[in-house]
Amino acid sequence: MSTIKLREGAPGAQILGLGAYRPRRRVTNDELAQVMDTNDEWIQSRVGIAERRWASEDETLVEMAVAAGGKALAASGLAPDEVDLVILASASLRAPIPGIGPQVAHRLGIPRPGAFDLNAGCAGFCYALGVANDAIRSGESRNALVVGVERLTDVTDQTDRSTAVIFADGAGAAVIGAADEPGIGPVAWGSDGDQYSAIEIAAGRSTMTMAGQAVYRWATTKLTATLEEAMEKAGVTAADIDVFAPHQANLRIVESMTKKLGFGPDTAIARDIVQSGNTSAASVPLALTALMESGEAKSGDLALVLGYGAGLTFAGQVIRLP
Amino acid sequence: MPSTADIQAGLAEILEEVAGVTPADATPEKSFTEDLDVDSLSMVEIATAVEDKFGVAIPDDELANIKTVGDAMSYIEKNQG
Repeated sequence: MSTIKLREGAPGAQILGLGAYRPRRRVTNDELAQVMDTNDEWIQSRVGIAERRWASEDETLVEMAVAAGGKALAASGLAPDEVDLVILASASLRAPIPGIGPQVAHRLGIPRPGAFDLNAGCAGFCYALGVANDAIRSGESRNALVVGVERLTDVTDQTDRSTAVIFADGAGAAVIGAADEPGIGPVAWGSDGDQYSAIEIAAGRSTMTMAGQAVYRWATTKLTATLEEAMEKAGVTAADIDVFAPHQANLRIVESMTKKLGFGPDTAIARDIVQSGNTSAASVPLALTALMESGEAKSGDLALVLGYGAGLTFAGQVIRLP
Repeated sequence: MPSTADIQAGLAEILEEVAGVTPADATPEKSFTEDLDVDSLSMVEIATAVEDKFGVAIPDDELANIKTVGDAMSYIEKNQG
């Protein structure tokens, strides 16, 4: 009887390069206050957003993903033909067939990779990072490109002030390759499908609704355990974490998690939501690149990341910054 | 089992911690949103703090009916173990 042979794996995987694309157009709270019943004070106190980026017509999901992916590739030092897996995380495709992972790969000159889209809402990037990590560790893939990209403004009701002030656009990407020393820890992931309708585009609708209070309660009470699980699985404690970059859903949730985990002044905390709004699957890589550009985070730092959102889904891991 | 006065004092502590409300202001007739400037997300934080302190869970649909400090006090009183 013949046996099935497996590929030879790698001891670990690491992030080799990060990239981001922020849409050109900055939208301030004052600008929103001119078209809806809201104001800067209300928005800042509820969600902590001062401004956000909205994509213009030419800044499509594919164009933004290609821009962020190209930067991540350049930062990684790899040639496109060294990448053989592309995972594109997004929840805002208005035309869901086909997925755009293959097209983004093609545009980047990556020849015929395994490529697919992954929809885990705002947890998408961290889910994709977990899948790519395991693909490389198992030997299925040599190098992978993971992209989180959203045009949430396409799926937001611009007359609903509870969501229109929050959701925004952008893209972030990471190139991942094999490593002797693991640079990506085990993923702590899961879902709470009983709350499937808390964030949704209901059947036949074109815009998203969110049960803000329910999501806030879930995020501030259930996810501390996930963050602790991610650290425990990676064999580190909060004292080892240099950078904390949770999904940028609401600044108050970021502050609540920071307090619960006991991070002090030595840990850089991602507060990119202040400038970027909530960009769903793009928020974690956007926040990481913002911290690295500002110098608050540096190469070699240990970061705790967490994605969470529609599903409801959540995924966190400890990573070493490239 | 905590008395009505204990519940009011406990709630006042929570309100101070979550929303910076002066404990003397946390009297039964006060509306959370109108008088005490507590927003909807702080109401969620109050609900989770009430659960920790009194062991009384306040689900979102019940939370929507709690308008005043007195409403919260009677809810806790009625639902405690």
